[in-house]
Amino acid sequence: MQSVLSLILAFLLIPLLPGIILKTKALFTGKKGPPLLIKYYTLIKLLRKGSVYSTSTTFVFALGPLISCTTAAMALLFFPIAWVKPVLSFQGDIIVLLYLFGLGRFFTIAAALDTASPFEGMGAAREAFFSTLSEITLFGVLILFFRMNGSLSLGGYFAGPAPLSFAGTEAALLVLVVVGLFMVLLAENSRVPVDDPTTHLELTMIHEAMILDHSGPDLALIELGAYCKLFFYAAFVACLLKPPHLNLGFVSATLLFYGLIFLVYAAIGITESVTARLKMPKVAKYLLTSFALVFFAIILTSMELIQ
Amino acid sequence: MDKLLQINNGECIERSHIPRVSPELFYRQLNQFVRNGGFVVQFFAYPENKQMIQLAVLRSSNLYILETAVTREYPSLTRSAGAKFNLFEREMAEQYGLRPAGHPWLKMLRYHANTSDRPDVFNNTYSEDIPGNYPYFQIQGESIHEVAVGPVHAGIIEPGHFRFQCAGEEVLHLEIQLGYQHRGVERMLRTVPHKRLISLCENIAGDTTIGHGLCCCQAIEALTGLIVARGASTVRTIAFELERLANHIGDLGALSGDVAFNPPAAYFGRIRGEFLNLLLQLSGNRFGKGLLRPGGVGYVMAAEQRQTIANKLKELRPEIQHVCDLLFTAHTVLARFEDTGTVSREIAHDLGLVGVCGRASGLEYDVREFFPTERYQDLPGLSNQVSHGDVYSRAMARYEDIVHSLDLIELLLAEEEQGYPAAALNEHEYQLAPSSCVVTLNEGWRGELSHCVLTDEQGQIARYKVKDPSFHNWPGLAMALRNQGISDFPLCNKSFNLSYCGFDL
Repeated sequence: MQSVLSLILAFLLIPLLPGIILKTKALFTGKKGPPLLIKYYTLIKLLRKGSVYSTSTTFVFALGPLISCTTAAMALLFFPIAWVKPVLSFQGDIIVLLYLFGLGRFFTIAAALDTASPFEGMGAAREAFFSTLSEITLFGVLILFFRMNGSLSLGGYFAGPAPLSFAGTEAALLVLVVVGLFMVLLAENSRVPVDDPTTHLELTMIHEAMILDHSGPDLALIELGAYCKLFFYAAFVACLLKPPHLNLGFVSATLLFYGLIFLVYAAIGITESVTARLKMPKVAKYLLTSFALVFFAIILTSMELIQ
Repeated sequence: MDKLLQINNGECIERSHIPRVSPELFYRQLNQFVRNGGFVVQFFAYPENKQMIQLAVLRSSNLYILETAVTREYPSLTRSAGAKFNLFEREMAEQYGLRPAGHPWLKMLRYHANTSDRPDVFNNTYSEDIPGNYPYFQIQGESIHEVAVGPVHAGIIEPGHFRFQCAGEEVLHLEIQLGYQHRGVERMLRTVPHKRLISLCENIAGDTTIGHGLCCCQAIEALTGLIVARGASTVRTIAFELERLANHIGDLGALSGDVAFNPPAAYFGRIRGEFLNLLLQLSGNRFGKGLLRPGGVGYVMAAEQRQTIANKLKELRPEIQHVCDLLFTAHTVLARFEDTGTVSREIAHDLGLVGVCGRASGLEYDVREFFPTERYQDLPGLSNQVSHGDVYSRAMARYEDIVHSLDLIELLLAEEEQGYPAAALNEHEYQLAPSSCVVTLNEGWRGELSHCVLTDEQGQIARYKVKDPSFHNWPGLAMALRNQGISDFPLCNKSFNLSYCGFDL
């Protein structure tokens, strides 16, 4: 019951959260910024419009948004939102989950290539390359977590019998993981310093370049999928940040969870305000740095085992 | 042997004094002059008594003029002397059907039929949409892909077409094809009543209103013998520097926005507005339209406006300093700016880059110092410190220009007040000196602006030639992109920030 409740609550709140990033950025630039509910308005606006399809596209083009949105939403079914047992869970679900994201990405890329536009092909190539690199980090995290708590499911990590937390010797390792995951979060959700979600310059885009030809409800689906994905990663980081030895009820846990989520989104906004984008060839190094952090943590756990 | 006639900036000379030499000597002289490190200011053709005359204005540390009669074809100087002639020769081919024999890259510039009865050099009938019959340079190969950008762009910029030949993310070649905004400015300038010349010139390129206006005013003043009062000249200089400030600051903001570093972009956006508002104070128009009039300025600068400008500068100077510090000390920004889009001094010299882009590559040329007009001979010159030719240098050159401009305006405002009279309203048509020629140069915010006016025996305009600095600098952008990542193109483009309408005319 609680699982379903928190899932519904999450879906309702998901479009609100990117508004926090926009507000943070506006604060740094001395502007008022768009209203917090801007993304709800965007979704409603897009859903009320019609879609335009180029005559050179096929059904693959229409499939892209649908699949990328569904897979991102499905991922949340497995997520222990606010440390509550997830709606669905089984041993190994995290691997399925990462490939669900992969499936969504595959169809987004296929849809982009389907348009035969030079920009979209370029965006697709970049996306494919960079997401391969961030996958290494994510699997590094899985290996590490398996060593730390013997589980291969998200539910097991945060809502199982021995949840991961900043208690004991693990804490130091988790710091590395949090930093590494946050770097991947920025890359996977096309944020600065890897991508610039607000740019209008086709040649510099990564994710945005792939969806240039989508419009109306299709674009709404893509946006919604992107919000879900961002929420997934932010929630992952937020869950790790839970203070140790804290026994909370459902309501207080939910409040704490969204408080942490707020911090993560604000951190994204701050990062975007104080750094410029990386040069495209430097992105690979950036992603491998996140892997290096996680890999370092893995080595440290091995040393513990040896002792 | 040396037939070149030395002239002064904004000096009215009789056309009969322009040395007209044989074609052989003409091309030899130009070739020699440019090979010895000289630059081309103007090189254009005009019809005279059923024959075509080519006129060249050259510069080293002085200005020189020379002309020759030409038939349908002449040996290309681009081939013999280098790329400084490239666009000029293509322009002549397009305007008058004069073919530069052996030109290595003979393509249209603006896509319009020539005004003579000679056949079209580019085999165009002009029944198709622009660019018509335009052979883009192509690289063949398995891994080469072609990216076409524009003429309709995603941002609020003017139309132009960019064709990239890429190997993966690396740009091997960029071809820039313009002409989408060709309005026929030069032809129009020849036909309108002389009173309207200034209004037309103010609208050649909206961001260079004062610059083109100033060139036009100085040309008319030279041809009519109008004298500009010192006070009016001061107001002109202030307005010219305000235009420079507004644009450079806007550019720094845009550069910052392009690398997704938002705070300076927002602050510079506001500060740019402040400078435009100062122009509004002076002329009632944010771009300074209506301020410059032949013989002086259209509006009096009263003590109140003088004070407003002085106060505003005092307030803005530390703000600009702070935001520039924020921009130029952010290491992530420096990582993007440095070694991006480098144009070496050698290439810049070969292409004849001018203005900020030229100075950023180490070409010490500033019209304000070399051929000063208005109040510039009384003012200190600018020396650039950074000259690597990359985006960072171009940003830095802008910053140094900004500080310099602030100093200049403050110096002028600190002078003892002697009154800033407005020009007498001219209700009659200007009587231009017959059979005369004048060349005016000014350092616009992009670089060397030049207008050249020729009058006929009746004192009507026989040829009005306009040259925007973008005419020199567009090839520089193409060279800057060689072997760069294609994702850096918007940044490089912004660091040059060239005018499309100033080029297309």
